[in-house]
Amino acid sequence: MAAVIFSLLVFFISLFITTSSSLLVPGLQILHAERQIDLTSHIVRVYLTLKVENIEDDPASKVLLAFPPAQFDHLSLVKAAVTVGKKRKKSYVPLEVNPTEQPDAPNGTKYYTISLLNPLLKGEITTLEILYILSHSLEPFPAEISQSESQLVYYHDSAIILSPYHIKQQATLVKTPTNKVESFTQVEPTFRTGTELKYGPYEDRNPYSYSPIIVHFENNNPFAVVEELEREIEVSHWGSVQVTERYKLAHAGAKHKGVFSRVEYQSRPTGSGVSSFKHLLAELPPRVHSVYYRDDIGNISSSRLRINSKKSELLIEPRYPLFGGWKSTFVIGYGVPLQDFLFESAAGARYLNYSFGCPLADTVVLPEGSKDPSVEVPFAVEQSLQTKYSYLDVIGRTVVVLEKNNVVPEHNVPFQVHYKFNPIFMLAEPLMLLGVTSSEEAARWIHSLQDAALNPGKDLMSYSKENGSLLGELIYD
Amino acid sequence: MEKSPADLLASPGLSSLLKSLKLKTKQQELLIRVSILCLVYVLAFIARLFSVLRYESMIHEFDPYFNYRVTQFLTKKGFYEFWNWFDSESWYPLGRIIGGTLYPGLMVTAALIYWTLRFLRFAVHIREVCVLTAPFFAANTTLVAYFFGKELWDSGAGLVAAALIAICPGYISRSVAGSYDNEGVAIFALLLTFYLFVKAVNTGSLAWALASAFGYFYMVSAWGGYVFIINLIPLYVLVLLVTGRYSMRLYVAYNCMYVLGMLLAMQIRFVGFQHVQSGEHMAAMGVFFLMQVFYFLDWVKYLLNDPKKFHTFLRITVTSAVGLGVISLGVGTASGYISPWTGRFYSLLDPTYAKDNIPIIASVSEHQPTAWSSFMFDFHILLLLFPAGLYFCFKRLSDATIFIVMYGLTSMYFAGVMVRLILVATPAVCLISAIAVSATIKNLTQLVRAKSKPAPMGKGTTSTKASSKGTLDQSMPFQRNGAVALLLGAFYLLSRYAIHCTWVTSEAYSSPSIVLAARGAHGNRVIFDDYREAYFWLRQNTPQDAKVMSWWDYGYQITAMGNRTVIVDNNTWNNTHIATVGRAMSSYEDEAYEIMRSLDVNYVLVVFGGVTGYSSDDINKSSLVTYYAFLWMVRIGGGVFPIIKEPDYLVNGEYRVDKGAAPKMLNCLMYKLSYYRFGELTTEYGKPPGYDRARGVEIGNKDIKLEHLEEAFTTSNWIAQLFAAVVLSLSLSGN
Repeated sequence: MAAVIFSLLVFFISLFITTSSSLLVPGLQILHAERQIDLTSHIVRVYLTLKVENIEDDPASKVLLAFPPAQFDHLSLVKAAVTVGKKRKKSYVPLEVNPTEQPDAPNGTKYYTISLLNPLLKGEITTLEILYILSHSLEPFPAEISQSESQLVYYHDSAIILSPYHIKQQATLVKTPTNKVESFTQVEPTFRTGTELKYGPYEDRNPYSYSPIIVHFENNNPFAVVEELEREIEVSHWGSVQVTERYKLAHAGAKHKGVFSRVEYQSRPTGSGVSSFKHLLAELPPRVHSVYYRDDIGNISSSRLRINSKKSELLIEPRYPLFGGWKSTFVIGYGVPLQDFLFESAAGARYLNYSFGCPLADTVVLPEGSKDPSVEVPFAVEQSLQTKYSYLDVIGRTVVVLEKNNVVPEHNVPFQVHYKFNPIFMLAEPLMLLGVTSSEEAARWIHSLQDAALNPGKDLMSYSKENGSLLGELIYD
Repeated sequence: MEKSPADLLASPGLSSLLKSLKLKTKQQELLIRVSILCLVYVLAFIARLFSVLRYESMIHEFDPYFNYRVTQFLTKKGFYEFWNWFDSESWYPLGRIIGGTLYPGLMVTAALIYWTLRFLRFAVHIREVCVLTAPFFAANTTLVAYFFGKELWDSGAGLVAAALIAICPGYISRSVAGSYDNEGVAIFALLLTFYLFVKAVNTGSLAWALASAFGYFYMVSAWGGYVFIINLIPLYVLVLLVTGRYSMRLYVAYNCMYVLGMLLAMQIRFVGFQHVQSGEHMAAMGVFFLMQVFYFLDWVKYLLNDPKKFHTFLRITVTSAVGLGVISLGVGTASGYISPWTGRFYSLLDPTYAKDNIPIIASVSEHQPTAWSSFMFDFHILLLLFPAGLYFCFKRLSDATIFIVMYGLTSMYFAGVMVRLILVATPAVCLISAIAVSATIKNLTQLVRAKSKPAPMGKGTTSTKASSKGTLDQSMPFQRNGAVALLLGAFYLLSRYAIHCTWVTSEAYSSPSIVLAARGAHGNRVIFDDYREAYFWLRQNTPQDAKVMSWWDYGYQITAMGNRTVIVDNNTWNNTHIATVGRAMSSYEDEAYEIMRSLDVNYVLVVFGGVTGYSSDDINKSSLVTYYAFLWMVRIGGGVFPIIKEPDYLVNGEYRVDKGAAPKMLNCLMYKLSYYRFGELTTEYGKPPGYDRARGVEIGNKDIKLEHLEEAFTTSNWIAQLFAAVVLSLSLSGN
């Protein structure tokens, strides 16, 4: 399988090279490019530093980043920044990055456009810092391992940075988690020292140059992948925001093969099941309360909660250690104080400010009687409205549903839900309870009146007194 | 008797309040009675919540998991789907028709409660409803006990009965939160039916008889124990007839109850025509006809007006009626129209029957004859009060007290035959003891109050006691002092009872048995959650259609929590199928593998306590509390397949797992699976590797190799071990 992919890649690349001369992306050239590929976890982080020069007369306001289509599909985040100032006062200003289509892209090359702050005039030079994250890009090989083996993975990329521009000088540094690198493609000059692998420097490469490399190395990081996550945020104006998160977790690394031996797993923790994982850390908001951790068949007793003023950490341990291909589902729930997340905006409206986390579907349950919900999210999501009935609801609660695919931790930014709410609705449910009880009491009282009419000797005092105390209790409750 | 301290505290405050309200004595009494009943009601509910507080809101044990699964199905798919449900996930490859083979009362009740709460906009989960169903019905039972006591004796006895039954361990054992089993609602239905029937006999009212028929219907829909009702009531009627207590009231009550009850009971599919055809129900029918003969004779007697003629007529009629009855019974039995008694019924009448003939019934721990200690454990002082109560009942014999005496005596006999039937005896014991307590205390308080002022008759017993302490009279010192001392003694005994009940409930009956808790080395609480670990692993990491073989105890749990198909489960309807599994477990691996292939088995689940010292595992030797022994697999397997012989597994009649064990034992599948790679493990400091903590021996076969099976998953404390059948799992992964 891997071999097929590899040969296909080679084929594509040869195409790239042949067609590259015909394509002209005018304007810029890259003086110096440095790339660091971080393979130490189960997601791939690439840090790219580009020194860009405008070599034509027209001012350039955009810089293109090129990705092979296979890589593009696994991109979960692209960020760019420009360095401003010199040495000590150096600071980074984030730039806008958007995926773009190019009309005559060779072999399905995909692009992102970085919009510069100021157009680059002829001869001007600017330095861009780019970070992009690839998920699902490490391919376990062998695809199935037994308990005693450690997990080896392939990483495919190019030794030469794919770019629509001419690159004068470039180098690529690959960082692996351990010393154990089974093999790597040699593209001279290539050096390996410990956990680092250096390709380059290469001089004067044409646009769309590509030189495939494969790194086969040991990576025993937990390949914990959340396959599905739904979060429900329920707002109660009585002082609490209740959050419920439903997880579907899987180990996406090399599949576990054959026997699972408890003896080995317990007696040799370093030599057995090294790629498996036992626990995860969930970060919860500070001042969290009533935390629970359970699944379809009940409470999971193995979790630990640490609370401090800045954040709370919940160490969750699934019922069993997760080996490659094994799955687990569970629910985490907690309450947070209302005043930390709900604010009043102008004109009597309120808004909930909560971080998006990284759920696939975020549902916000607003209190009964709230009106005109609107959502402010810094990125595109699918929205819909629903109604939910909870305790003692008559007209139902408004539910705002936000859905998004391909989410990474970097999407963990606040979003706001604005809505209008009349505080009188807070009293609806207690009043309803009170109403039911007091109407019952009234019925009983009328009944007693009738009784009294039949037996005139009966004393009415007791009933009215009892009635009063009950009402009083209810109000205090 | 939790109510006494509460009442003692409450009474001064209450009485001052009452004085200011100028309530009459009768109203005061009513208020006190109602408040005591409310307290008892709440107490009965909250005393059963230990397990929820200690562990979590979860379903306990084995059978409740089936009930829970069925209830989930019912609430999701609706009643008709439920009625027609064919479950292919159990008894593979046979399957089971669920709708026609269960008593739906419990599930329908829980579903109705759930739907009602949902309608009232209480967003409860079905699990919570199921967990709290039993405590809720236990609380209702206290109300029934009150009214029953009132009917039998007086309202004082009713109150005491309610208080006693609220916390009686014999009942709590089956009705703690989470024990979502038929018995939870059935005891309520049983007592309700009896109460309504006694009420009907006492009043002769058609309405009460009708109500008792409906009570009986509910009982039939809830539990197979309804057979007790349909035999006890005819027996009671027979006794009344023999003792010359026949009356029109009895005639109306029994006929209405029997005819309507029978018609209603036949609507339950699991019962159906059994109600008129099976041997267990024949007594009721016989008494029904006898009743008609009696009525007819009465009528003839009235018409004839001549004793001599009547006697002749009587002799002829009785002879021919009895003869007809016997002949029809004989013909019915011979032609197969009337089915003979079932094994379970036989084993009740003859305790040794099951052991010899039906090993599957005898293998269940709760079907064992009761030990004396468990009587003491479950009844405590009630055991002493019971004879006293019987004495009072005999002293004031009436139709109602005859009933409770008969109920008490028969159920005590059954409780002696089978441990689990202590439950049926509990209400009777509580009621009869309540009569003893109430009558004694009432006599004593009357003595105490004799000179001070005329004692109000119907006043709540304990409140009388409380107020009597305040007013001292010097005229008859010895008698009065004696009475006070006896009252204090009674109070002491009852408070010991309350303490005992609380202790038993919290220590013995509130463990879910899915989650095991133990004390760690530092006194901390260690939780073994291995069952759920294994079931959840099965649920998440095996193919949807995987079949799991295990001993039948774990069948319901695997289907409910693991969501996988099982070969056999706790509904032990097919003995051959169970014997096949028993044979596989007790054969050599290659033979067992052939059986597993024929049953399409992918995984084998084995429960093993050698690491933790958990003794009720699959291999265990029978002990007093747990009877899930490997030997029963051998016996049940051997009962159908004579290849399996019990002596092959024993050494000189002794059951061993160490070096001296029988060779067949050391190499059978169950042994190999349980101790697979156990020889490499050191379980206890200072002991050789392979030391079995549950049995306290070093195992005899440490070098276990498996040919056809491989370890698929073992839980963290080794309690549940799963093995995959190699070839099958390979073919699955190839798909």
